[in-house]
Amino acid sequence: MGRTLAQKVWDDHVVRRAEGEPDLLYIDLHLTHEVTSPQAFDGLRSADRPVRRTDLTLATEDHNVPTIDIDRPIADPVSRAQVDALRANAAEFDIPIFPLGSVEQGIVHVVGPQLGLTQPGMTIVCGDSHTSTHGAFGALAFGIGTSEVEHVLATQTLPLKPFKTMAVTVEGDLPPDVTAKDIILAVIAKIGTGGGQGHVIEYRGDAIRSLSMEGRMTLCNMSIEAGARAGMIAPDETTFDYVQGRPHAPSGAEWDEAVEYWRSLATDDDAVFDTEVVIDASTLSPFVTWGTNPGQGLPLSASVPAPEDARDETERIAIERALEYMDLTPGTPLKDITVDTVFVGSCTNGRLEDLRAVAGILRGRKVADGVRMLVVPGSARVRLEAHSEGLDEIFRAAGAEWREAGCSMCLGMNPDKLEPGQRSASTSNRNFEGRQGPGGRTHLVSPEVAAATAVLGHLAAPADLS
Amino acid sequence: MDKFLVHTGTAVPLRRSNVDTDQIIPAEYLKRVTRHGFEDGLFKGWRADPQFVLNQPQYDGATILVAGPDFGTGSSREHAVWALQDYGFKVVIAPRFADIFRGNSGKAGLLTAAVDQSVVEDLWARIEAEPSLPVTVDLDQQVIAYADQSAPFDVDGYVRWRLMEGLDDIGITLRYADDISAFESQRHSFLPTTR
Ligand code: SF4
Repeated sequence: MGRTLAQKVWDDHVVRRAEGEPDLLYIDLHLTHEVTSPQAFDGLRSADRPVRRTDLTLATEDHNVPTIDIDRPIADPVSRAQVDALRANAAEFDIPIFPLGSVEQGIVHVVGPQLGLTQPGMTIVCGDSHTSTHGAFGALAFGIGTSEVEHVLATQTLPLKPFKTMAVTVEGDLPPDVTAKDIILAVIAKIGTGGGQGHVIEYRGDAIRSLSMEGRMTLCNMSIEAGARAGMIAPDETTFDYVQGRPHAPSGAEWDEAVEYWRSLATDDDAVFDTEVVIDASTLSPFVTWGTNPGQGLPLSASVPAPEDARDETERIAIERALEYMDLTPGTPLKDITVDTVFVGSCTNGRLEDLRAVAGILRGRKVADGVRMLVVPGSARVRLEAHSEGLDEIFRAAGAEWREAGCSMCLGMNPDKLEPGQRSASTSNRNFEGRQGPGGRTHLVSPEVAAATAVLGHLAAPADLS
Repeated sequence: MDKFLVHTGTAVPLRRSNVDTDQIIPAEYLKRVTRHGFEDGLFKGWRADPQFVLNQPQYDGATILVAGPDFGTGSSREHAVWALQDYGFKVVIAPRFADIFRGNSGKAGLLTAAVDQSVVEDLWARIEAEPSLPVTVDLDQQVIAYADQSAPFDVDGYVRWRLMEGLDDIGITLRYADDISAFESQRHSFLPTTR
């Protein structure tokens, strides 16, 4: 029987397989950051264990670094302690690091692909659930916990039980203004936040093939929000074009050898997935979340649902709770919801293509009165590229704040936070209670919807700008 | 890691589904660089409410948490497991757990026992009626026993073995260092390094 992309990558990384035990899987790239690594290094130190492959390990600072005044010491003592710990650990264990201020610093999931470190067929891990982002290249990439971080540091392997496989096929052409973000929000709304549990999702179909690498990363990024361990897309010409010429990409004869191998990874025609979901692209439209988990989303043209719409009692309670937290009334058209904050950034939508899309809409327009808009590049390099295209001037002219690279308002761990009761349209990936700051209310949207919302002051699609 | 064979304790009914790790421990606690002392952050947001179940004195000293489906969704933070353990929980019982949370729990020595929704409902009702009700979780037999009831629970076989042996993951893997070296000698030469 044929094998899926995920199974092929898995099989090619099995160090040891024994009956009744998890497979011991080799890890090609281990990305670390300041939040989930200190205790892992602590563990190594107390057991007197070295890092096995410092040359397959990389550290960057992203989660709790400030995005203004980065040349000054970090004000928050706890954040500073974590960042200092990462720097000290990188020095002690001899791991390459991109500290704040470095031209390669940025969100770990933006940095890897940008440097060409993320390549098809690799196994990639990081102590961060959105490691699934790298699956856009046809890599098997997934988030791990801190003790697994320690395990990979010490052994460059992980004992794992094979994941189940799920195909999400998006057939046909995407309507205008429908982005990768809308696809994934629609997928999560359809299968639920637990729908992908235990699975690696492989995204397939014409609509997926037509996406840029950036769009594919957005899609795979949020696989975790559907409960999946990872998301993957078979590598193709779009993938090869993106990787070729990057600092860590193979070159010469090795490039040809690599591409030949990468092509062999595509799912076999006779492979069988454990679960299959099919979506008709033509039915999709700009999507937005109204609740407090990423599965609580609807087309932007819809209205706030009522608890009575629930399929069962558990869902009814969940809707009731979400409406209360979000301070929303059933039946309100989603487009009538006003926001006071717009956040563009994160590992979901903080890449150059996202910033271009936002700039395209903001050009010649102004952010609505009373709305604060933050535009935060995913990496220092994205920031430089945006500068070279003059995007920063468009953001500033529109009245948005243009920041340094980092996770920023994606999570309430650094100075960029919502105040209690504030409401944002955010291009990030999580709308949990308090995610963007205690008491903050989050509507997840695409960069295009974020930009239109900033201009109009209420949830809106670019088409609403007329 | 201590060996886990049988545990008996009192339980807390947490009548919520989809308890994500941001609720178990908010992001601000992730800034610490130590491995212990996270009990103060457990369910931080909810504990502000005096009515919240953990604030009710009749549940003081409980070591078993009984929650609704999809416990531990969201971020991969292992601090969620540490916070539960630091607070004193040895076992979480729920109809379904998020994968990463479950993996993290097994490694840290927190047992996640998956049971039927009906068992959770029954436990909730009985504990609320009698908060001092002893609940026994027998990992060897894979059953939960309380009052006159007993219900099987699901746990990954390998995790069960490790918990029962009290084994550390890295130590197990390092026994295969030769296999790892052999694998490394055959990796594709085009694969990138971070230097
Ligand atoms: S941008 Fe948000 S989701 Fe991405 S790594 Fe940072 S905190 Fe996590």
